[in-house]
Amino acid sequence: MIVPVSYYLVLGAILFSIGVTGVLLRRNAIMVFMSIELMLNAVNLSFVAMSRALDSLDGQVFVFFVMTVAAAEVAVGLALIVAIFRSLGSADVDDAHVLKG
Amino acid sequence: MSAQFVIFGLLAVTSVATALAMIFSRNAVHGVLFMVGNFAAVALLYVLLGSPFLAAVQILVYAGAIMVLFLFVVMLMGPEPAPLWEHIPGQRPLALLFGLLLAAGLIAAVNVEELTGVPGIMSQEVLERLGQPTALAQTLFERYLLPFEVTSLLLLIGMIGAVVLAKREKHELQAERAPREGGAE
Amino acid sequence: METLLWALLLVPLAGAVVNVLLGRRLPRQVAGWLASGAVALAFLIGVMATLRLLALPAEERAYVTPTLYTWALAGRFEVPVSLLFDQLAAVMVLVVTGVGFLIHVYSVGYMAHEPADYDFRRYFVYLNLFVFSMLLLVLGSNFVLLYAGWELVGLCSYLLISFWYTEPQNAAAGRKAFVVNRVGDFAFALGIFLIWSAFGSVVYADVFEAVGGVAPATLTAITLLLFVGCTGKSAQLPLYVWLPDAMAGPTPVSALIHAATMVTAGVYLIARASALFAAATSTSAIVAWVGVLTALFAATIAIVQVDIKRVLAYSTISQLGYMFLGVGVGAYTAAIFHLVTHAFFKALLFLGAGSVMHAVEHGAHHAGEHVDPQDMRQMGGLWERARWTGITFLVGAAALAGLPLTSGFFSKDEILAGAFLEGHVLLYGVGLLTAFLTATYSFRQFFLVFAGEPRSEAARHAAESPRVMLVPLAVLAVLALGAGLVLGWPPEHGIIHTWLEPAFAVAREGTKAEGGAGLSPMTLLLISSVVALAGAGLAYGAYVRKAVDPAALSVRFRPLYVLLWNRYYVDELYALLFVRPFFGLARFLADVVDKLVIDGAVNGVATVTAGAHALARRLQAGYVRVYALSMVLGALLVLGYLVYWGR
Repeated sequence: MIVPVSYYLVLGAILFSIGVTGVLLRRNAIMVFMSIELMLNAVNLSFVAMSRALDSLDGQVFVFFVMTVAAAEVAVGLALIVAIFRSLGSADVDDAHVLKG
Repeated sequence: MSAQFVIFGLLAVTSVATALAMIFSRNAVHGVLFMVGNFAAVALLYVLLGSPFLAAVQILVYAGAIMVLFLFVVMLMGPEPAPLWEHIPGQRPLALLFGLLLAAGLIAAVNVEELTGVPGIMSQEVLERLGQPTALAQTLFERYLLPFEVTSLLLLIGMIGAVVLAKREKHELQAERAPREGGAE
Repeated sequence: METLLWALLLVPLAGAVVNVLLGRRLPRQVAGWLASGAVALAFLIGVMATLRLLALPAEERAYVTPTLYTWALAGRFEVPVSLLFDQLAAVMVLVVTGVGFLIHVYSVGYMAHEPADYDFRRYFVYLNLFVFSMLLLVLGSNFVLLYAGWELVGLCSYLLISFWYTEPQNAAAGRKAFVVNRVGDFAFALGIFLIWSAFGSVVYADVFEAVGGVAPATLTAITLLLFVGCTGKSAQLPLYVWLPDAMAGPTPVSALIHAATMVTAGVYLIARASALFAAATSTSAIVAWVGVLTALFAATIAIVQVDIKRVLAYSTISQLGYMFLGVGVGAYTAAIFHLVTHAFFKALLFLGAGSVMHAVEHGAHHAGEHVDPQDMRQMGGLWERARWTGITFLVGAAALAGLPLTSGFFSKDEILAGAFLEGHVLLYGVGLLTAFLTATYSFRQFFLVFAGEPRSEAARHAAESPRVMLVPLAVLAVLALGAGLVLGWPPEHGIIHTWLEPAFAVAREGTKAEGGAGLSPMTLLLISSVVALAGAGLAYGAYVRKAVDPAALSVRFRPLYVLLWNRYYVDELYALLFVRPFFGLARFLADVVDKLVIDGAVNGVATVTAGAHALARRLQAGYVRVYALSMVLGALLVLGYLVYWGR
């Protein structure tokens, strides 16, 4: 007996919502960033599950690409955080509101 | 109730628990470590889904490379305990409410046929056929060759961008050094 | 020819523009002569264009320039910007630029005492702008261009009436002229709309060609609306009230705009649209009656006024009435003839009045006495003190009175003869009565000002005006004296008749009824002479010989005198009927509607906006997490829609 795909999807939904809540709650840029990674991860899980359900490899390829993009994104994003930390002396996303136009 | 269900249940509970622990952890270092645990659990779920290749990539790229990078940055910035007070009125309750609503909505959406297509019975046969890394490799290098190459370009750009952003200008360095030498720090 | 016409139109405009832009750097005299030079150049160009027209056969003397561009294009409606130069336009152009030039020259002297350079320049800018506008009115090849010129001359008139705007009554006079003209202009605009809907075009040529194919009722409506426009601009009953007040402006302006040119625009319009008016016989009858009644009405008022310019203002209204009588009975040529001669002698009279005022002001300054320089009761005996002004004024008065062989004599008689020969004996009678009154009041004015002994110290010390003012007077006097003989002799076959007849060929078709009571034109001429001489003689008897005592008469016919003195109480009547209710309505709108409804709405909007932005400001706080929150809210809404309503 195999676990039905909807179980995975529900798990993905829960993880995604936790990620969203993290983004909304946390003020530390690093934590916000990790919450975003969590959301990506949740979506990846759903992709793989659907790849199985639909009998297609496209979902898995997509996950592969998401991971690469996420790696690039993390590199640039962390560099940005470091730069902001250096100029503002803080990694609090709310302190960056001085950037508003 | 097969063994698969038991394993799925354990992994699901682990991943949700680590995720919650991550977003509520006061210390960023703890958060990173919870995140590593979460990635590991998801990697195991990939194995359960019959994708050992993706599971390996997940461990290598995410839990290995990316999270180490996070740890580096956290260490670089020093421990910064999250402030207890929330200065945007209504942000906290609204965030929790929206999170719950989103979860409810997404779970409700799972059983909607238009959104999920097939409600999903996975056969062992499909798992066997699609789980092999060779099949994935074939798709990747035939049908998705161009995006694959473009992705490599993207990584290169990301690398350059990170270097440019993180690099300190010479005069910045001097300006920073001067007060530090005579200052209280 | 095309270049000539555009140059003719644009030279005065260029004069105005140059004076606006460079006037500050020029000495004031240069600015004045620049403006005069522009009009002189326009006059020369006009002469050249007329000579070219003269070289053509009589039937082909109508030149339309190619369309410069299409001004307004909306569906089938279009306004081509092009000029029309024919016999009628030529006459008008020569009068406008010729008389205009003389008045410009006169103004250089008249305005020399204007304290501020700025005002001096401003005056000439307005004057040049006026000449441009009037030429546009005359030369436009369609009703819309005419309307544009019509409004522009109205604007210039407004600006010049209230030229000394620091005096409240001058500003009020300008406003009155503007508002009263607006009533007429509105009707005129409606008339143009109706022309377009009836003919599908506003171009003269298209409209006049298609007159036969339009219902008589429509034609009557169109012509009536146009005529209402004319009563505003040309100061006819019932919209004449603004013209006497318009004398608040500088006297040369009264001469140029409110006597010689602008106020005759209505006559020009009817002459231009003669094809329409000839086809609408009932309108023509109304035009004739309004004209002759205005003539009589204004003449009776003029006879008791004591303000030198006010007499001339009412006489202008009266003479314009004659012109409308002329176009009303189909004597278009005679009306235009009278327009020309009137431009000469009335400009002469106004400039002469300006010269008189100049002289009296000088005397008042000398005697250290304060007198109203326009009050004829304070004058008298100026003949010895301002001889040239007196002679030229006498010529003007004679022409206005229609004494034999002066220009006014021929043109006025021709209008009366036209009315008589067309069979309108009653119109002829009223016209003749008015001619008698005209002769009386014009010589009353002359004798009051120039004859007898000075009645004030100011008049005793009056001095002649400078030469720059006298030369234009002399030129105009020659014109006022001789133009009638040169242009209008013999009656019906003078130069002006052979020149203008082809322009009114369409309108004159079939109207040449040989009516009348068997009196020949020469007999009519004789009757006119007798009447004019009788009127002048009455004035002589009353004001020089003192055979009749005017004061005793005014006591004896006191009610009539009071009625005339107060100008039939028309201003008071209008104030009661229109102005007060209008102000009441305005006050209601200002105090109640504006404050409660409009302000309420505005303040309400402001309050709502303030509340909304207090909410919106939170969304734009710069906090990324607030933005994220709103994003999630949006995602939730989409998701909710897909899950619960999207099935």
